[in-house]
Amino acid sequence: MAEFALPKNSRITKGKTWPKPDGGADPRAFRIYRWDPDSGANPRLDSYYLDLDKCGPMVLDAIIMIKNEIDPTLTFRRSCREGICGSCAMNIDGINTLACTYGLDEIRGEVKIYPLPHLEVVKDLIPDLTHFYAQHASVKPWLETETPAPEREWRQSIEDREKLDGLYECVMCACCSTACPSYWWNSERYLGPAALLHAYRWLIDSRDEAAGERLDDLEDPFRLYRCHTIMSCTKTCPKGLNPAKAIAEIKKMMIERQV
Amino acid sequence: MTHRTPRARVSGLGAAGQGSHHWWLQRISALALLPLTVLFMVPFAGLLGGAHTAVLAHYAHPFHALVAVLFIAVAFRHLALGLQVVIEDYVHGKAWRTGLLVGNSMFCFSFGLAGVFAVLKIAFTS
Repeated sequence: MAEFALPKNSRITKGKTWPKPDGGADPRAFRIYRWDPDSGANPRLDSYYLDLDKCGPMVLDAIIMIKNEIDPTLTFRRSCREGICGSCAMNIDGINTLACTYGLDEIRGEVKIYPLPHLEVVKDLIPDLTHFYAQHASVKPWLETETPAPEREWRQSIEDREKLDGLYECVMCACCSTACPSYWWNSERYLGPAALLHAYRWLIDSRDEAAGERLDDLEDPFRLYRCHTIMSCTKTCPKGLNPAKAIAEIKKMMIERQV
Repeated sequence: MTHRTPRARVSGLGAAGQGSHHWWLQRISALALLPLTVLFMVPFAGLLGGAHTAVLAHYAHPFHALVAVLFIAVAFRHLALGLQVVIEDYVHGKAWRTGLLVGNSMFCFSFGLAGVFAVLKIAFTS
């Protein structure tokens, strides 16, 4: 059966409470998931307190401040701090999102931060994305052509280029796939919203010549059809994209080539 | 312990080459059930608690017999398709999964057939 409870070694225990900052009117509480692969102990929830007057506006600013000033062992990925690299995806206040674009002012009360759900954890807030990336690679996210490459570029009309809007912006942060219950239960075989959005991005690229093969690769009860239109992907996407619609469009293409 | 590459795990045994038909049939049968459910259930509700002869007379009428046969057949087909997806979603053990999938097909087919047979028997004998 699908597992509905965490395995014993994944149950979260009460962690360390770090001291509140001196002065500061009303320090904000942060409860952050911690897990150290070397300790052998269960994951725990550590509590930190920050004076938000001294902190930048985003959740990423807060966890960087914690790492710099309170606890240098707190581990997380981050790079661009402007929502374009997708590194700092994590579950904040119950929502999969990017720490760098999620404002602290959007959260009421204590700030709860966990790694993206239902992935193996490497350490603290860092999930293992190996399988997720392999799924992306499996949809051949590049231009496939038979025609010999033209002297100059492959040409595309302005209208055809516009069809890629809302798709090319995906930064592969994995927020959508890890928000999808169907992906939780069947990620071994279901490609998930992110990989499928990329599949659609190449399916409708006017320059691509492999639409048939691409659809053949998706003609499968699990790879594509585990999507049950739950739409958590679209709700959570920090870039405001609509993977659920992209998947629905692929399903329409599947029928279109049959009837 | 296994040393298969991540890409090999994603590829698995390859695309099954089917899935769209199942999905399409589930939508079409759902659509067909909208009018069929109304056409079947409204008179059915009126017959509940009524005389045996009234029920027999109702289903002896070709139109009502046909509606009943279509409703039962489409409903059980739709049920089989839907339950199959639920089993595939949640049941992961090989033995349980295979057993339940086979059981689901058998249950839906035989009960659907029994329903159709019952209506036809009334239609043709009363």
